[in-house]
Amino acid sequence: MSAPTPAVVVDSPQENAQSAARQERPRPFSTTNLIRTVATGYLPLILATLVVFLPLLWMLLSSFKQPGEIVTMDLKILPESLNLANYATAMTTVPFAQFFANSLIVTAVGSTIKVILAILTAYALVFVRFPFKNVIFVLILVALMVPAQVSILPSYILIAGMGGKNTLWGIILPGLGTAFGTFLLRQHFLTLPPSILEAAEIDGAGHWRRLWQIIVPVSVPSIATVALVTVVSEWNDYIWPLIITDRPETMTLPVGLTLLQNSEGNGAGWGILMAGAVLVIVPILLVFAALQRYIVAGLTQGSVTG
Amino acid sequence: MPAEPPVPPVRAAKPGQAGKRWSTRSRREFFVFLAMALPNLALIGTFTYWPLINNIYYSTLDWTLGSASATVVGLQNYVTFFTSEEASTVLGTTAIFTLVTVGGSMVLGLLVALALNSKVRGTTFARSAVFAPYVLSGVGVGLVWLFIFDPGYGVLAWILRGFGQQSPQWINDPQLSLVMVIIVYVWKNLGYCAVVYLAGLQSLPRDVMEAAALDGANGARRFFSISLPLLSPTTFFLLITTMLSSLQAFDLIRIMTPLGNGTSTLIYEAYLQAFGAYNRAGYSAAISVVLFAILLIITVLQLRFVERKVHYS
Repeated sequence: MSAPTPAVVVDSPQENAQSAARQERPRPFSTTNLIRTVATGYLPLILATLVVFLPLLWMLLSSFKQPGEIVTMDLKILPESLNLANYATAMTTVPFAQFFANSLIVTAVGSTIKVILAILTAYALVFVRFPFKNVIFVLILVALMVPAQVSILPSYILIAGMGGKNTLWGIILPGLGTAFGTFLLRQHFLTLPPSILEAAEIDGAGHWRRLWQIIVPVSVPSIATVALVTVVSEWNDYIWPLIITDRPETMTLPVGLTLLQNSEGNGAGWGILMAGAVLVIVPILLVFAALQRYIVAGLTQGSVTG
Repeated sequence: MPAEPPVPPVRAAKPGQAGKRWSTRSRREFFVFLAMALPNLALIGTFTYWPLINNIYYSTLDWTLGSASATVVGLQNYVTFFTSEEASTVLGTTAIFTLVTVGGSMVLGLLVALALNSKVRGTTFARSAVFAPYVLSGVGVGLVWLFIFDPGYGVLAWILRGFGQQSPQWINDPQLSLVMVIIVYVWKNLGYCAVVYLAGLQSLPRDVMEAAALDGANGARRFFSISLPLLSPTTFFLLITTMLSSLQAFDLIRIMTPLGNGTSTLIYEAYLQAFGAYNRAGYSAAISVVLFAILLIITVLQLRFVERKVHYS
């Protein structure tokens, strides 16, 4: 540990030496101290960051490489030029622009509806009088724990029976009910002081106005958390769009990448596949870089309540 | 909306008091609640609960997906699954994948959390960086790593050649495929464990640590005798959540091993049986029900153990 501990009695030789040094004269920039800080503080951090970044950097660099630069026994680290040919090939081999547009529509429409439904349900659960609210909340909690993965077949049969195969609404609809957002926002609404609604009560404002004029404005961070987590999961969603679409016109990016993999899955196609991977990864990476505070908080919810 | 008489919202928020008197007011509240909550509740019912029940029904059918007729065969699909050699392969693969990914993400996550907990500059950035893979598309990440693992032109093969080694056949060898997918899964998920462990480490009581240091306990001793035991609620939470998500892991497995040789976990086998070459819908549903039962057991265990430690309200 690099943190200076107020050790008075220590028996490990290392710390003895350190405290002796400290008694002589506290020198925060002494060589030993610097080496210690670098070795125990910075080195692991740099290592961990590199392990994350190098593969992603490799993806980006490779997306500019021509087949000749990839199909070779000596590794070429930097591409010869920032050539966008792979992106162009990816676009023409499969309708990539269409996939991108489909992903945008599914993510935007799906997330908007989910967030609104979560706000409404959470408000109703906290601020509106209704019998069996606890039972309803438990049912939502249970739904939170039922993964979509275990019921792909019945969902497929249900949606295909409704004519939703190879449609965007067929991709969006089954995921619209939101247990996660409702749960998170309910927990937040419960922490709001009742006094903030008192003025509205006196004014005689109904639930609708109380919700949009008071509750929503003071809950922006929590709503942003729900919205961002929803956007990330809609964008990345794979198993459901994979099952419900088999025509390129309605495929989302991850499914489209699978299609691209089928046609470019030989050695020479790696550059094209990396270009495809960039298109699915980078938008979320940018959103994450800008708003990671909310996303991390939302995804690790529940862990800190213990 | 018409004016309503003032009611303290705290009381309205408390359960158990509602519905005692069926006045005009409470009737209005009743309909407001339905208007606000029913769409979401109906969606959850239709697309979460109803498929769950249907799944159990489908699991009793001998039914080819797309065929108009199906025969009720009772528990035959389960019998077929558990008496075939497939069951031991699939359950074994699921167990290995789950245990190794859970253990790997948690141990590495804790190590990264310890590094992040040091008082040097740049920890905030490093924390975000290690978390990033967790939010990225499994399909995109899978492709990137598939390229790195490529025995011909991958970076890994190049490094191994530097040591005079041949690259292992990551894609063709079933056992190595599983190893490959596990490595990538841990890479993608350890940031989650790291961030959760970091929150745990930062909430440890400082005075206890200082007292231990005063008593002469060194860093390792302080970690194993104090930090680790005090972190046990966090460890338990992570154990459950990572186990649940490992059991549902699909994206990476599907994209990295499209044929599922060596990597057929329960979820992937259920997918392959229904939507792969066989279209065995009933059989696939039976495997899904087995998976659901496992997930349910883990969830119930969690609720029993953490009842007092995790507050949901």
